[in-house]
Amino acid sequence: MSWASELPGELVCKPLGLIALTGLDTTYNAVHKAIWDSFCNNRRSDRVPLQFIVCKADHEYPKCKQKRSSYEWYIPKGILKTHWMPKHLQEVPAVVVVFFDLDWDEPLWKERQMECSTRVEIVRNSLQGRNTKIAVVLIQKNAPLPPGEDMMAAERAVSLCSTCDISAKSLYVLPHTDHLIGYTMRLENAFYEQAQAYYHQEARKVKSHKDFLNKTTHQLLFVRHQFKSAFFNELKQDSHTAIKHYKQAYGYILDLRMHDTNMLEIKTVAGFINYKICRLSFQHNAPLDAIAQFRKHIDFFKLKAGIPELAFEHSAWMSKQFQVFGDLFDEAIKLGLTAIQTQHPGFYFQQAANHAIFRKQLCQGLCMQPEDIKPAEEIEGYMGKTDFYGQRKWRQGHQSIEPPDLHKEREGILALQTKERQLDHSWSIIPLLSSAVAQFRKYKSPRMKRFLMVQMGEEYYHAKDHVKALILLTKVMWDYRNERWWKLLTSILQTSLKCAYLTAKVQEYVSNCMELIGRYSQCSTNEKIRIQMNLLRVMSHTAPEPEPDLDPACMEKASALWAELRSKPTSFTLEMQGLIPFIETKACFVHETVSADSKIIVEVCLRVGCPFPVRLSKLLVFFTNQKYNTHCVLTDGRGISAKSDGGVDSPSDLYLKPEEARVFSFAFVPCGDDVGKQIEISALAVEMGSESGCSAMLRWAGGGGESILQPVGPAKPVIRPTPSGQPVDWAAFIVNPVVRITPRKALLEVKVDHDPPCLLNEVYMLTLHVENKESADIQNVKFSLALQDLEESQDSTTQISEDPSSFDEATLSSYSEIEVGHMKKGQKISKCFYLKCLHAANRTLLAQVSYNVGVRIDDQTLICSCKAEETVTLPTIRPFDVSIKLESTKFETIEAVHADDPFLLTTDIVCSSPWPIEMKNSSLHLSEFIHTAGEKFESQIAGVELAKHDCGAECICLVASSCVQPSVSLGTYTVEWKRKTSNSGSLPYVSTTLPLPTVNIEYIPITVQVDLPAFGRVKTLLPLSYSVRNRTPYVQEVQISMESTDNFMFSGNKQTQFRVLPSQEYKLHYNFFPLVAGQVNLPRLHLEMMRYPGTMDDIISKMLPTNIFIRPIGKIPPV
Amino acid sequence: MAACVAVIAKENYPLFIKTIPTENELKFYYTVHTSLDVVEEKISSVGKNANDLRELYLGLLYPTEDYKVYGYVTNTRVKFVVVVDSSNASLRDNEIRTMFKKLHNAYVDMLCNPFYKPGDNITSRAFENIVVGMLQGD
Repeated sequence: MSWASELPGELVCKPLGLIALTGLDTTYNAVHKAIWDSFCNNRRSDRVPLQFIVCKADHEYPKCKQKRSSYEWYIPKGILKTHWMPKHLQEVPAVVVVFFDLDWDEPLWKERQMECSTRVEIVRNSLQGRNTKIAVVLIQKNAPLPPGEDMMAAERAVSLCSTCDISAKSLYVLPHTDHLIGYTMRLENAFYEQAQAYYHQEARKVKSHKDFLNKTTHQLLFVRHQFKSAFFNELKQDSHTAIKHYKQAYGYILDLRMHDTNMLEIKTVAGFINYKICRLSFQHNAPLDAIAQFRKHIDFFKLKAGIPELAFEHSAWMSKQFQVFGDLFDEAIKLGLTAIQTQHPGFYFQQAANHAIFRKQLCQGLCMQPEDIKPAEEIEGYMGKTDFYGQRKWRQGHQSIEPPDLHKEREGILALQTKERQLDHSWSIIPLLSSAVAQFRKYKSPRMKRFLMVQMGEEYYHAKDHVKALILLTKVMWDYRNERWWKLLTSILQTSLKCAYLTAKVQEYVSNCMELIGRYSQCSTNEKIRIQMNLLRVMSHTAPEPEPDLDPACMEKASALWAELRSKPTSFTLEMQGLIPFIETKACFVHETVSADSKIIVEVCLRVGCPFPVRLSKLLVFFTNQKYNTHCVLTDGRGISAKSDGGVDSPSDLYLKPEEARVFSFAFVPCGDDVGKQIEISALAVEMGSESGCSAMLRWAGGGGESILQPVGPAKPVIRPTPSGQPVDWAAFIVNPVVRITPRKALLEVKVDHDPPCLLNEVYMLTLHVENKESADIQNVKFSLALQDLEESQDSTTQISEDPSSFDEATLSSYSEIEVGHMKKGQKISKCFYLKCLHAANRTLLAQVSYNVGVRIDDQTLICSCKAEETVTLPTIRPFDVSIKLESTKFETIEAVHADDPFLLTTDIVCSSPWPIEMKNSSLHLSEFIHTAGEKFESQIAGVELAKHDCGAECICLVASSCVQPSVSLGTYTVEWKRKTSNSGSLPYVSTTLPLPTVNIEYIPITVQVDLPAFGRVKTLLPLSYSVRNRTPYVQEVQISMESTDNFMFSGNKQTQFRVLPSQEYKLHYNFFPLVAGQVNLPRLHLEMMRYPGTMDDIISKMLPTNIFIRPIGKIPPV
Repeated sequence: MAACVAVIAKENYPLFIKTIPTENELKFYYTVHTSLDVVEEKISSVGKNANDLRELYLGLLYPTEDYKVYGYVTNTRVKFVVVVDSSNASLRDNEIRTMFKKLHNAYVDMLCNPFYKPGDNITSRAFENIVVGMLQGD
């Protein structure tokens, strides 16, 4: 019966002013057709809001009623007439336009003018009493001249106006030229103005009636007049005035006397006005006004239910109000309004759905009374169009409190109830719910969305679309499960189970049953027992008992479907993660790690939470390596309904008593490929039923446990194998789905023999002693020595080899391996490895022995590869420290050497090794500018042995030749050596090369030499000659002076000046006469060069000896 | 006088729900459950800044035609939801606040019981009595 609450089209549409165009022959005249098209086609929003109709010139417009001069005796029959809005929208034009083909230069002007005025007259007559404006448009072939130029046109226009009795403003010219659309738009605007004036006038006319009304008899008219004013204003496109009048009309409605007979009418009109107010409020971008108005509207009317027999009508009306408002809200959002989570159209659609649901319930309560249904035509007699909105057809216009004819009233109500009963409410509820779902999804309310989807599912169930209901419910169940709202989940599951039963979907049926009889289901125990019995029936391949409270017709269909199912075996797999079934599983590897030669033990713990015991047919464990799957299958062939064997838990008895956890254990041997890897339980599965009938494979991914309920905590408790014979504590059983296979422990004795520390650069020997302590021979034995963390360190300063002579080669790895092959039981083998360290540091070496050995487990032989390891920490130290010094011939440390002057290089080798070091040889490799002063270099330390802290030194005299480079590297110094211990005889010598320092070579222009004897004697002549050599290619002028001293008397030049030619020598001869004995200072020779004044004296004094040993006069030896 | 009082765990599962018209219990369960949408939204919009002192009382979550749903979240994210009859005009914001305060105190007292494991369903008689008192309107 939505007829009473449905909004009529004339209310919902946007009111547009009506313009009637007459005198256009759109069928035969192409020009007229083009004009009509330009008016009515392509009316976009930028055109003025008008509606055009084309009428014949003699069209009969609705007659205007005789206006009453007084309302004194008038009693209104209703609020709003049904034909009033359509009349003003489609029939009564605001402006009638008379089109007429007439040019200004028409030769038969008089006749044509006559004709035109006749047409206008006809139109005017048919609009008798109305204020409709009349306009004349002359269709002309020629473009008009600018105003004021065409005198004839002006003259004739005046005459035409007076003939037709229209104002000059209502006469238009439409030149039929290229710019038709432009002219049309201008005409339109002119018509629009006239239309606005007309509607304004109409609105005022309605308003003027107000003075004649009185509050007692004309209450309805207050509403009607305000509504009319508002509507005219809407037509005028003045929405602000319109909303004001609508609000007033709404206010008058609330003042009306309300009783059961007129309640429907009042609610209908109130709904209309409310719709208009809300719509205009949204349009004025005042959503809060709209919401407030709607709230007020609902709060006022929600308790005004009207006749109790027709209470469903009230619900339908409420539902409609909410739906319409939701639509308006939604439309406003599409136009840019923003809504929030707690205020959006979804709530209104939801309420609409709720009222629709309530309506359905009322209908079920009220309308099912008479068994027989009245014939359709009789019902139609009580329904249909009425003169006033919202009135009963059988008592139209009746406004008194009591219905006029009680019998007719009863019949009418019965007809409405019958009509209501024939309606399928679910199909009006579902779309509402679906709109609400869409809104709640948009405004981030997942739970509300789910709740609505549950309602939808239930509605589909009521609508007997069980498949859809099942799909929808299954979709949302997951979330309730995840959030652990068991009560809600149980309720959904119960509906879902009914659907599954009715559609005979075995898989869903079984899965729903399993959850409903589980621990967390909120069903009563009796209910659980009933469901478990049904589950047992299904798994035994018979039809289950129907669920309670089902429609008998559906039940028949369902039992036929179940019978059909029984004819062939069914089997399916149910994924258990995401469900909360009555069977719970946990699986556990008993150990964290398992050695490659021992068995892996898996324990699976099962527990059921249903009221009766259950027998499973199979238990399977799946692993990441599928090879093992076959080891872990347990089959119980006794059939699902077999009873227990009397308490004895035989291992293949998969009989589970409620709340009694049982553990099943599997053991198998790991395979060789998995050594060093992990084995993981990928899934657990149990099978119910038999494959010949109905079998369900229940599969848990991973190691089972309550994945949804309890996330695995970070703290891992200790795994303990379950003791047999004791009741299993489910909570204490730990899920451990991963086991690591470790290599078998090697039974070898490995010893590394060596003399640390290792000396830098030496060839260091390590001996590996291996003894086979296995109970069998071993094969593929390999010894190896490597740096630990070889991959990470990338250490190229350590070289390892099994051959001491191979170190001369360029590239050597830091890994070495010796293949030994076969080793007998108890055999001992020793092998040597050699190591050379190029960098002093601590190193960790890893000595490994790998081999294969056969192990017997049960009756099969496993080849296990084992590895024995030994780590050695090895310090490396420097064998000796070498200090190299440069000295002058006077053994004074010097920084720079003079070109062509000899100097000394001394090397001190201090042994720092705890072992004695044996020096084989030492050698110098000099650069091209340096050479030895004397003969070829000969090692002075060859064959020397140095114990700790001993020092071996060498001294070599070198001369630097003059060169252009200011500083020169002297070269390198190489020592060949090895440690000297008891077992070092076989080791080769190694050479350590040290760089010699870099020196600055200074170039001195002159040299002074003196030939000094080893000693002198007191009072004995000591002749000395100083020779001054000029090394420059220029003549040098030199001035010398000899200092006098008390120790000597001397003869020779005390002070002189001379010239030395290039590359020549000048000799100065002196005779010294020592006066005292001992180490005596020689007199100082001062030298000054004229070219380089003040610079040479210090340099020269360093070149010259400063003292001499003077012997005393000894006793004259006896002759 | 409330129609339904619910305590929801941090993980959004119910710890305790009590309604007065028991025949329509399921509807209240759904009402409480759906109100969590708004609670979550309100918490998440504030929770950005850890230093912000959030007010525990969330106010009116959303109005339905017949009931008003109010929310309250403790600092440990345990949620209290109270459903009140829309027609009951005597319950103003202040009364609801006091109601929540009382509920919070009762919850804390219950939590102090060393035998109660946080996260378990609330079975405390004392707590229930307080809730029943709130439902019956003292």
